Amino acid sequence: MIRLEKRPEPSRAFALAAPVLAVVATMIAGGMLFAALGNDPVASIVTIFWEPLFGEFAFYYRPQLLIKGAPLVLIAIGLSLGFKAGIWNIGAEGQYIMGALFGAGVGLAFYPAATWYVFPLMVIAGAAGGWVWAMIPALLKVRFGTNEILVSLMLVYVAEQFLASMSLGLLRNPEGMGFPGSRNLQQYPSAYNADLIAGSGMHWGVVAALVAVIFGYVLLARHRLGFAIRVTGEAPRAARFSGVNPARLILFCLGTSGLLAGLAGLFEVSGPAGQVTIDFNVGYGFTAIIVAFLGRLHPVGILLAGGLMALTYIGGDIASSNLGLPAAAIQVFQGMLLFFLLAFDLFTNFRLRLGRTEAV
Amino acid sequence: MDLSAINPVLFIAGFLVAATPLIFAAIGELVVERTGVLNLGVEGMMIAGAICGFAVAVETGSPLAGFAAAAVGGAVISLLFAFLTQVMLANQVASGLALTLFGLGLSALLGQSYVGIKPPRLGDVDFGRLADIPVIGPVLLSHDLMLYAALALVITVWVVLKFTRLGLILRAVGENHDAAHALGYKVVRIRTAAIMFGGACAGLGGAYISLIRVPQWTEGMTAGVGWIALALVVFASWKPLRLLIGAYLFGGLVQLQLNLQAVGVAIPVEYLAMSPYVITIVVLVILSADKTAAPGSLGRNFHASS
Repeated sequence: MIRLEKRPEPSRAFALAAPVLAVVATMIAGGMLFAALGNDPVASIVTIFWEPLFGEFAFYYRPQLLIKGAPLVLIAIGLSLGFKAGIWNIGAEGQYIMGALFGAGVGLAFYPAATWYVFPLMVIAGAAGGWVWAMIPALLKVRFGTNEILVSLMLVYVAEQFLASMSLGLLRNPEGMGFPGSRNLQQYPSAYNADLIAGSGMHWGVVAALVAVIFGYVLLARHRLGFAIRVTGEAPRAARFSGVNPARLILFCLGTSGLLAGLAGLFEVSGPAGQVTIDFNVGYGFTAIIVAFLGRLHPVGILLAGGLMALTYIGGDIASSNLGLPAAAIQVFQGMLLFFLLAFDLFTNFRLRLGRTEAV
Repeated sequence: MDLSAINPVLFIAGFLVAATPLIFAAIGELVVERTGVLNLGVEGMMIAGAICGFAVAVETGSPLAGFAAAAVGGAVISLLFAFLTQVMLANQVASGLALTLFGLGLSALLGQSYVGIKPPRLGDVDFGRLADIPVIGPVLLSHDLMLYAALALVITVWVVLKFTRLGLILRAVGENHDAAHALGYKVVRIRTAAIMFGGACAGLGGAYISLIRVPQWTEGMTAGVGWIALALVVFASWKPLRLLIGAYLFGGLVQLQLNLQAVGVAIPVEYLAMSPYVITIVVLVILSADKTAAPGSLGRNFHASS
């Protein structure tokens, strides 16, 4: 008989091993999936995980790693604060869109003024856009006790419609000959989030992501507020007795995650994406949920997980163009990763025992 | 704009159709939540059902076979969630999100070769001469079998939960799983069965969208209906008959919004299209005051040792 026995203390070793095991299991299961689709499983996995880093064209893909990883890390750091405290913001995609719209809106309002303060103003507007959008579920939860999961998710669909309206209407390029989409910010130097070192992929969003990792680490490890977040997640009653104000915590966690998601959206739209279009968002807000969990809700872990997830995006692109692997297969692959992680997490808190229970 | 262009008979018949996917998904989730499990993967199970149903209906030429496949597909994919939360004791919120992300990816993968195909049509039920009654005939008696099946399902769930021993056991497991366990009920098995039932229902709802409501296959076509179904369960205070009323109210609003788009009202299309989501939020705010109706063990995992 195999049975589960609760560990007296959660295993630290297993908490660290679970993500690694999950990645290995996903590679195996993913390989089987790719084989079922008629692709060579080993070649597919190698293409996804090896090619972007050390392959022939790695010089081209490595900068992409930063470009794809930065928004994921930025968003996931914000989400992890809330997830730790049991506050579920799953509408980061909407906050990402709103941040991009606010920021791009400010930038386009200044067009064609060539002054230094345009980009900083856009950054502030982008952060504000994401923050405002996240404040809606936060205030509703604090004031009326409304479920933040459902509200933040509903707001993603609202934001998507708003994006469609903006890119077809207010923000449409007046010289775009009627095509949907805004002016290209890459051609407006004052608003362009260019690479800090040309060709390195290192734009301001990458810097912001690294700052966010440090900020998250200090907050959780060294600050009272971070302690309040951890206590609320692990023992809500104890947190209340120790004087944690739940309403303030909700406002802070949702607000911060919205702000960071908004920043991610702004850096994307003013840099790699370049313009506001109906579908410039590619689901980073949802993938960041996987990144947050895969990184154990820990800032350093999230940094690594963001890199890994960026790798699957880029590797998936390569595999779909070279091997004809369907793009959706990568989405399934990323979903599997979260499944395996959640499953392996069992062994952090429980261990397997063989044999029968002795009668006392 | 000419509001008289909206035909009231067609309008009501239309909103019954708009409400049906919601009814399927929400009634399944209602049963799941009554047993104390919060499955946020409704959207993922719906879209999985939508593509399973669509593919099988196209291949076999039989829409009913499609619906059967959708129910099986939804139940099978829900087993992933059941395994994670019931066996591996994973967090239910995270597992539900995982199921949704996975379901969206999987359906996009399966659906690649089905884009742009028309599915076989499920004919309306033949009520004979009854269907010729003015107003009532075209409004109530001119629909497909699955619309009536959804109604019957709600009534059945209501009867089972309220009047039968099975319903009592389901509710006991949801209110207090420790007590139910002490009485000798197999909490994990009962919950797994409920999760599969919820998956099957969500699958049917998804297939109703892809086979009847739209009817074609596009990626991510459920567009948040699964999440609205979750909100609807809260709206209904976990009561089946209130759920029915809620679904029809909601279906009515969606249909009204579509009709307003069609007659060219002076509001931009995008703002009309976002209205269902905004209305859901408003309803959630109005009703969030009453949390007492929620099952006692909702969202908590059960392990016999703890």
